[in-house]
Amino acid sequence: MKLREIAHSRTGDKGDTSNISVIAYRETHYPLLREQVTAERVKAHFAGVVEGDVVRYELPNIAALNFVMSRTLGGGVTRSLALDAHGKSLSSALLDLEIDVPADVK
Amino acid sequence: MRTIRIGSGAGYSGDRIEPAVELADKGGIDYLVFECLGERTVALAQQARMKNPDSGYDPLLEERKRTVLPLCAAKRIKIVTNMGAANPEAAARKTAEIAKSLGLRSLKIAAIVGDDVLEACKAGDFPIMEFDGTIRQLGNRLLSANAYLGAEPMAQALKAGADVVITGRASDPALFLAPMIHAFGWPMDDWNLLGQGTVAGHLLECAGQITGGYFADPGYKDIPDLARLGFPIGEVGEDGSLVITKVEGSGGAVTARTCKEQLLYEVHDPRQYFQPDVVADFSQVRVEEIAKDRVRVSGGRGAKRTGTLKVSVGYVDSFIGEGQISYAGPGALARGRLALDIVRERLKLTGVAASELRFDLIGVDSLHGRQVSAHANEPYEVRIRVTGRTENLREAVRIGNEVETLYTNGPAGGGGAWKSARDVVAVASVLLPRELAAPSVRFVEA
Repeated sequence: MKLREIAHSRTGDKGDTSNISVIAYRETHYPLLREQVTAERVKAHFAGVVEGDVVRYELPNIAALNFVMSRTLGGGVTRSLALDAHGKSLSSALLDLEIDVPADVK
Repeated sequence: MRTIRIGSGAGYSGDRIEPAVELADKGGIDYLVFECLGERTVALAQQARMKNPDSGYDPLLEERKRTVLPLCAAKRIKIVTNMGAANPEAAARKTAEIAKSLGLRSLKIAAIVGDDVLEACKAGDFPIMEFDGTIRQLGNRLLSANAYLGAEPMAQALKAGADVVITGRASDPALFLAPMIHAFGWPMDDWNLLGQGTVAGHLLECAGQITGGYFADPGYKDIPDLARLGFPIGEVGEDGSLVITKVEGSGGAVTARTCKEQLLYEVHDPRQYFQPDVVADFSQVRVEEIAKDRVRVSGGRGAKRTGTLKVSVGYVDSFIGEGQISYAGPGALARGRLALDIVRERLKLTGVAASELRFDLIGVDSLHGRQVSAHANEPYEVRIRVTGRTENLREAVRIGNEVETLYTNGPAGGGGAWKSARDVVAVASVLLPRELAAPSVRFVEA
């Protein structure tokens, strides 16, 4: 299924760096996020968008991951040529990721 | 235990006006904070101030103050804001004038000055963090340098009896931390309290983004009554305990989900959220719904502040030219692609000097690029968009012109052409030894 079914997400911006949170609706799904939503997968998913590295931070207390993606905002929000200079819409693209949710995980 | 209630009346310069009035009227708040200063706004405001020494503050200052000052004065609600932008003293004088015109007497209005560190930055010629180069290398393109000040000068102003505190560049969470430091006498080296206070400030600073704004996703995350979105209130105890809530009956919702999303908004390493007053640690934060629209947020910590302040440097970066035109109906996408190809070739043929160009199909690939959008369905209508970076305005204008001429020279049925050309004031950052910034408080009586 799509990541959207088990998690929600918000994008933030600072300079040329975008951060995207991925937050499990249910705590029981957090291990699936940890296993399947890796920094490598996120970098591959954003081919053509993320020019730099993707670093992942884990926040088990709130069942969330935070992805920090450098060289992503067209050289910086204040000088970008992009229509969405802040990259606010990137979170929605990430929620399109495919996730395997085993039948025994509720 | 003593508790204060802090309302967040604006999350950016152009934010809605009336939620702050609702907070002042029905929120039972002690403080009303307006965060209105974007990254590059100070640089733009500095340009305005150079033209007119009495300007350079937030353009909505008058409207916001006129609507909330009478209520705040009657209920003894203190106002803290960064609407001073590039000219906090002029903003304070204007606020005094507004107060007088409303018949409000003996209001104490404080301006925080000293965030303008342009001379210190030039003297030190510090390296720029985002690209290779130093302050001096920006030459006459350099417009402004403003340090993100901490909460201390604002807390001092409150202690000296200020009813309204107007600052320029300051860290956004510090606008909220200042009332806590003032009300509870928190020591400036109690890093865990300052860290938890920073969590509160960070959650509140974007106003509606924690009460259901920037959140709704129909069928997945539904939020009621976004047209009447209520802005948040932070109930902060002197031990740092925090409940996020909003005015009863207002639109929106405060839930664990809205709070979690905002907790990580614009955060990189959650263990190290650098602030002027503390290095806050969000990694152990817990979020718990305790009643409808009431969420307890605990576990913020902190470590000793660093020896530097982040400085936002405004400079003239380049010029951007842009043009757009739409196609619809059968074959719209093919005609849009043809249009882009024509403009691409025209820019070459006519020798437009652009250092960077971008060709988008709005409705197809403009937000996430060709690769991410590769599997999208064909839309009924598309809008092409061509943008380019140039050295001067003349070249920038030529980009939009080449899109506009598609009307008579391009594919069939092109409509709604639009073009623009503008200079780009961008911001970069340097780190300044903190002792080189000397903030102070100046009072204006109404």
